[in-house]
Amino acid sequence: MAAAEATAAAAAPLPVRDLAVVELGPLPLEVLLLALLGLTAVVILRTRELFPAALLTGVFSLINAGLFTLMDGVDVAFTEAAVGAGISTVLFLGALSMMDRSERQRPPRWRALLAVVLTGAALIYGTFDMPSYGDPQAPVHRHIAPQYLAGAEAVHIPNVVTVVLASYRGYDTLGETVVVLTAGVGVVILLGGRRRRRSAGVGSTIEAGGRDGG
Amino acid sequence: MADERGPVVDDEPPMRMREQIVLQVGGRLLTPFILLFALYVQFHGDFGPGGGFQAGVLFAAALVLFGLLFGVDRVQQVIPVSVSEVMIAVGVLLYAGVGVTTLLLGSAFLDYDALSAEHGQHWGILLVEAGVGIAVAATMTRLYYAFGSLHPDSEPAAGEHGE
Repeated sequence: MAAAEATAAAAAPLPVRDLAVVELGPLPLEVLLLALLGLTAVVILRTRELFPAALLTGVFSLINAGLFTLMDGVDVAFTEAAVGAGISTVLFLGALSMMDRSERQRPPRWRALLAVVLTGAALIYGTFDMPSYGDPQAPVHRHIAPQYLAGAEAVHIPNVVTVVLASYRGYDTLGETVVVLTAGVGVVILLGGRRRRRSAGVGSTIEAGGRDGG
Repeated sequence: MADERGPVVDDEPPMRMREQIVLQVGGRLLTPFILLFALYVQFHGDFGPGGGFQAGVLFAAALVLFGLLFGVDRVQQVIPVSVSEVMIAVGVLLYAGVGVTTLLLGSAFLDYDALSAEHGQHWGILLVEAGVGIAVAATMTRLYYAFGSLHPDSEPAAGEHGE
């Protein structure tokens, strides 16, 4: 607590009124969750059975939601838990019923692995230049965020995220809603309804394929 | 069609949730509370975490849970495919309509202060969040219909076979 106050005092011209307790360095729980996240990712990659893999992507999202909660991103955590752990897992399972239950064995692609490792290393190298987590001097906290906080207070809406999302960034959110519409239209066009597939006889072929693969 | 398949002899656990009495009773109990929680998240988004997007997904999740347990055709009796498709557009139009309204009131697009001097931001945010919630819930439900209708476990009622 004292360390947090000292940090806040050091940020002399900071217009933010009260800072949350700034925990410097990751907590053990965060380390544990991050390790679990990595482990889940590796297991998803290693498993050849698609049913457990689909369920594990839900576990991955749930752990991710826990991490976001620890980092005070409750709105993001909420979305991650609802979309990642909930709906998309069900949609994965729905898609699984249309295909083989296990992945085919493929020879390892070394060049692809090299590309992925290089990209990952470059991204991690890039994070070294980022401000440390919760740093009140970070540009993101000094640029426009104070204005958002003051604006949210002026209109008496406690959840700043909602104010930023629906009011300050109303255009963006409208665009996102149109993206959702586009996704829905795309699926309706591609997969269509039950009737068209039944009459084309595709549905039964898919069902047969799914059973053979099991 | 269900008879043609014969008994399931897979080693995989067959996804026959419609025969699981514990899941059915639990799901039947949970569904109204999930729907209520979705509405809470929708209208409490100004004060706590949440908002239209999360609420829409939760609402659809309740429908999906019910559909997994009792069949997608039971859900479609409540929200038909056509309704889900129309509601996607209704949500987006509600959002954009708020913007057009503020334009007609002589202000900038999506400038909620034009709606009311004192409560403009509250009303505007409430309306656009409702638009987001409707669009997301309808899209997720329609996605589930698209996938769930192909699921072997959700055979249509006997009357629909002839089509």
